[in-house]
Amino acid sequence: MKLYCLSGHPTLPCNVLKFKSTTIMLDCGLDMTSTLNFLPLPLVQSPRLSNLPGWSLKDGNAFLDKELKECSGHVFVDSVPEFCLPETELIDLSTVDVILISNYHCMMALPYITEHTGFTGTVYATEPTVQIGRLLMEELVNFIERVPKAQSASLWKNKDIQRLLPSPLKDAVEVSTWRRCYTMQEVNSALSKIQLVGYSQKIELFGAVQVTPLSSGYALGSSNWIIQSHYEKVSYVSGSSLLTTHPQPMDQASLKNSDVLILTGLTQIPTANPDSMVGEFCSNLALTVRNGGNVLVPCYPSGVIYDLLECLYQYIDSAGLSSIPFYFISPVANSSLEFSQIFAEWLCHNKQTKVYLPEPPFPHAELIQTNKLKHYPSIHGDFSNDFRQPCVVFTGHPSLRFGDVVHFMELWGKSSLNTVIFTEPDFSYLEALAPYQPLAMKCIYCPIDTRLNFIQVSKLLKEVQPLHVVCPEQYTQPPPAQSHRMDLMVDCQPPAMSYRRAEVLALPFKRRYEKIEIMPELADSLVPMEIKPGISLATVSAVLHTKDNKHVLQPPPRPTQPTGGKKRKRASDDIPDCKVLKPLLSGSIPVDQFVQTLEKHGFSDIKVEDTAKGHIVLLQEAETLIQIEEDSTHIICDDDEVLRVRLRDLVLKFLQKF
Amino acid sequence: MPEIRVTPLGAGQDVGRSCILVSIAGKNVMLDCGMHMGFSDDRRFPDFSYITRSGRLTDFLDCVIISHFHLDHCGALPYFSEMVGYDGPIYMTQPTQAICPILLEDYRKIAVDKKGEANFFTSQMIKDCMKKVVAVHLHQTVQVDDELEIKAYYAGHVLGAAMFQIKVGSESVVYTGDYNMTPDRHLGAAWIDKCRPSLLITESTYATTIRDSKRCRERDFLKKVHETVERGGKVLIPVFALGRAQELCILLETFWERMDLKAPIYFSTGLTEKANHYYKLFIPWTNQKIRKTFVQRNMFEFKHIKAFDRAFADSPGPMVVFATPGMLHAGQSLQIFRKWAGNEKNMVIMPGYCVQGTVGHKILSGQRKLEMEGRQVLEVKMQVEYMSFSAHADAKGIMQLVGQAEPENVLLVHGEAKKMEFLKQKIEQEFRVNCYMPANGETVTLPTSPSIPVGISLGLLKREMAQGLLPDAKKPRLLHGTLIMKDSNFRLVSSEQALKELGLAEHQLRFTCRVHLHDTRKEQEMAMRVYSHLKSVLKDHCVQHLPDGSVTVESILVQAAAHSEDPGTKVLLVSWTYQDEELGSYLTSLLKKGLPQAS
Repeated sequence: MKLYCLSGHPTLPCNVLKFKSTTIMLDCGLDMTSTLNFLPLPLVQSPRLSNLPGWSLKDGNAFLDKELKECSGHVFVDSVPEFCLPETELIDLSTVDVILISNYHCMMALPYITEHTGFTGTVYATEPTVQIGRLLMEELVNFIERVPKAQSASLWKNKDIQRLLPSPLKDAVEVSTWRRCYTMQEVNSALSKIQLVGYSQKIELFGAVQVTPLSSGYALGSSNWIIQSHYEKVSYVSGSSLLTTHPQPMDQASLKNSDVLILTGLTQIPTANPDSMVGEFCSNLALTVRNGGNVLVPCYPSGVIYDLLECLYQYIDSAGLSSIPFYFISPVANSSLEFSQIFAEWLCHNKQTKVYLPEPPFPHAELIQTNKLKHYPSIHGDFSNDFRQPCVVFTGHPSLRFGDVVHFMELWGKSSLNTVIFTEPDFSYLEALAPYQPLAMKCIYCPIDTRLNFIQVSKLLKEVQPLHVVCPEQYTQPPPAQSHRMDLMVDCQPPAMSYRRAEVLALPFKRRYEKIEIMPELADSLVPMEIKPGISLATVSAVLHTKDNKHVLQPPPRPTQPTGGKKRKRASDDIPDCKVLKPLLSGSIPVDQFVQTLEKHGFSDIKVEDTAKGHIVLLQEAETLIQIEEDSTHIICDDDEVLRVRLRDLVLKFLQKF
Repeated sequence: MPEIRVTPLGAGQDVGRSCILVSIAGKNVMLDCGMHMGFSDDRRFPDFSYITRSGRLTDFLDCVIISHFHLDHCGALPYFSEMVGYDGPIYMTQPTQAICPILLEDYRKIAVDKKGEANFFTSQMIKDCMKKVVAVHLHQTVQVDDELEIKAYYAGHVLGAAMFQIKVGSESVVYTGDYNMTPDRHLGAAWIDKCRPSLLITESTYATTIRDSKRCRERDFLKKVHETVERGGKVLIPVFALGRAQELCILLETFWERMDLKAPIYFSTGLTEKANHYYKLFIPWTNQKIRKTFVQRNMFEFKHIKAFDRAFADSPGPMVVFATPGMLHAGQSLQIFRKWAGNEKNMVIMPGYCVQGTVGHKILSGQRKLEMEGRQVLEVKMQVEYMSFSAHADAKGIMQLVGQAEPENVLLVHGEAKKMEFLKQKIEQEFRVNCYMPANGETVTLPTSPSIPVGISLGLLKREMAQGLLPDAKKPRLLHGTLIMKDSNFRLVSSEQALKELGLAEHQLRFTCRVHLHDTRKEQEMAMRVYSHLKSVLKDHCVQHLPDGSVTVESILVQAAAHSEDPGTKVLLVSWTYQDEELGSYLTSLLKKGLPQAS
């Protein structure tokens, strides 16, 4: 069993597991932090961005000034933003049989894998994962495609040139494999390869392996996966949460008794408590608005935004914000809000009970009805007519490199009355802000990451007791910025095996058993024998049939009567097939009883001699000698087959067959 | 002998009061718990005394499964759980769980408030009963206990309707509930995988009907409604609040829009709006088209269809009214029917099946003079139309489902005996499986022979697979091993491993036969001749001549020795173990025949 690690990003994993005869890809996350190296794509022509100076080498060589621009001491690539794909060379991806998706954030590289590697398998995901994943991809494609950029920079990627660049460009990894965004056509084609599954659904793969998604508590439809055969169990834990937010709670019990637990997708901000972050978010939002400023919340169109809207629903009246407009701007804003209301079975208990009334599970329905929350596909069109300030705007993309958020950063960045509040944990907010510097607007960092923290992980591991834990190397040491915090790492016994990008791990367990079915007719013919109290044995001689990786034992065929052909047989016809196996024997022969038995069967003139290790029984008349020892019996006789067989059968009476 | 037993307490050769007891591998499951629309006495509920005669329901039943929210499948549930007494789990899908209590309350109100029945279940009982419900999601495997698992499949029919697979070990039963094999305007088609159950229990409402295409029926329906409205008549469509009603509403709504019709369409009860709201929230359970477009336009937000007020029934002019209940056995639909029945301009369209004993059934079977309460006779002059919109599989659909699931046996319920007989023959002929159709209270017993799963050591399995990649039909190779049974843990291992695990030593049984040959040559020369002889005969075996002068064939040892008394005789000692007996014994007899003369 092997694990091929194709992604180095611990929360956007992409691993391939070879288990029995199957090749299973676990998630295909897309590392979008690469886009931070690029200039933002403005929706409206931005003089500031287009007038940034080109970057030149220390010696004044300016041959890169078309591709690289400088802003407040940072250098950015002026090009269509590109993403860092999972490793595609480590393993032939056309051999992947299935892809298991754990949540909608971890499927963003899917079109690159399913459309460009010869992949012919099936992708499994829950319905909310697919629907919301589709929305995320649609938004991404829309953000990038609606701002066509003529330039696609590639000069800087040259290894010899990259070395000369300042950080972080100098240290960016695998830049040669960075790719531009996929098209909607590729998205649709990729999504058509997905088969929908429900929690606790058992899916058979080629009769060899069974996979089952379990609720992971992190997002709508988010799952952990169990990959098991009858005797081995691998748990894949990815993006799980124990906090009570909107999704169905995490199913922990089903993770028990795993041989291997692959642990990915832990919180990216282990030191921030999501609850207090939400509190800070609300109070900063209120403060800004009360002072006449606007609030910008860069966010994804689904996920935490539902919880934030729910908090605001409870908060705005008491905070005196009921007259402040809330805008949610995304090409998929409407779809996201609508979809959230129809996935009752994937929601937490409280929200499910609302559906029975029947009421929409999320209160943002009421915010929309009362006109407190308005949603728009983009800043163009209706929005420009309705737009009132001060206001609160939720919009993407959290990287601040594309999407409507770029416009609001340009619009509001110069006033210190305004505030941008970062809630998504995927991007460093300082890096995200770099191309907008100098900035007068206030910046608040309230990352809300509900995924497991290290305390919860160690509790979980104690609870479910896997034999081995496998995790990204980042989790086996404290974060670089807090190297003294030994509590910010996975702590388990035996120590977790760690992996890094482009590594292949041999997973530490040996398969020893396989399921086989004994047909009822064969079972009936077995004769069990109690060997020790509670333990019975039966020897089995049967015909093995294997089909579709399922093994069945059928009764042996009845011996066919030799046909009475008179044809002279060739000598070789009689040669026995040595593959017919005789059972092993066990036990010992009590010499006195044996002699008695011999006598009973008509042997006379029996003499017994003691030897160092046992006895010798002599049948003088038959010129036969039987050596009997604790673990062996040796019959030495003339070539009298009848006699030999008689003696053999008498000996076998005292022995057990295996 | 293991067996599966099935006893219908209701729906055996009958439609209504669905309730089927299944015993599988020692587990007892009750499928549906319905009421009968055709009765208002004891017979309206299944006869639970069948179980309670020998003990409490909770002790006997491992679980109850409800297939969908129609009252003939869940109407007896509060009576069963709260009045007879059952505290175990009740499984149903989420939409069923949401809608079922509303219909039960509706049913209770009609029975108690309108008909004045005493000793009926109360609202509180409905609530208490629903607390015992566990929601099941599609395709989720629910572990009822360590051995019993159930799994729901999409059934179409009505919102949240499901088929259930009940499984213990390798034995399984699939119960279809009511299902529909063709997608309609708001729901998708039933689907099941090739799960090869030991028994498939299927409904057979339309066992003999092959329906024309849905489109024709829809066109027919619209034409009839349109014509009646055009000539100023009123159209009454008795429906159940949820299900067919929504499909027909979508149909009329789009037709009204397209034709720009002005006649009002009403929906009778306050339930409608609520009902439509359920449809909006349970969009994933509807058909693909609605699921795809719901963000742009929710199909369950109707523009042309308004709420009905009792006073409207007497207003002049054309109108279309959807009224509950669907079989004209009580409530508003019956009231409106009585008002409108006398006018030949009007029309009643029955869009679904009507149970015997209901007014709906009577007018459909041609009765035009109906005896109502108080000896009143109602003369029916209005046109009576029947349109099979009820979403049951027809004969073709049932055959299709049997083909999909590939069961070992089929059992028919929820249909009329005569029609079942016909379908039974068809199924037996086409699929070569036994088909049963027990009456209520009658038990069908199916012997089963489950295979026994054991663990085989990978070493043994791989050894076997490596040797016999191509199975030879004439000479099947035998796998030999030892089955170790400890508690309920069964493992098949190689004999060597079994001995080792149990700490037993192998007992070696060896034979040595003396073969006397007349030969004056030296022993070494004898051995050489034995070697070349065996080598030429046993071409497929490994024959070796060892430096010490002995000859081996596989693991069998042949040595030549001088005779102690007769120098003209040599003795060949052939020695082998019990495991090589066949070959050893063969060699002895071969050598006994003597060695060929050296050429």
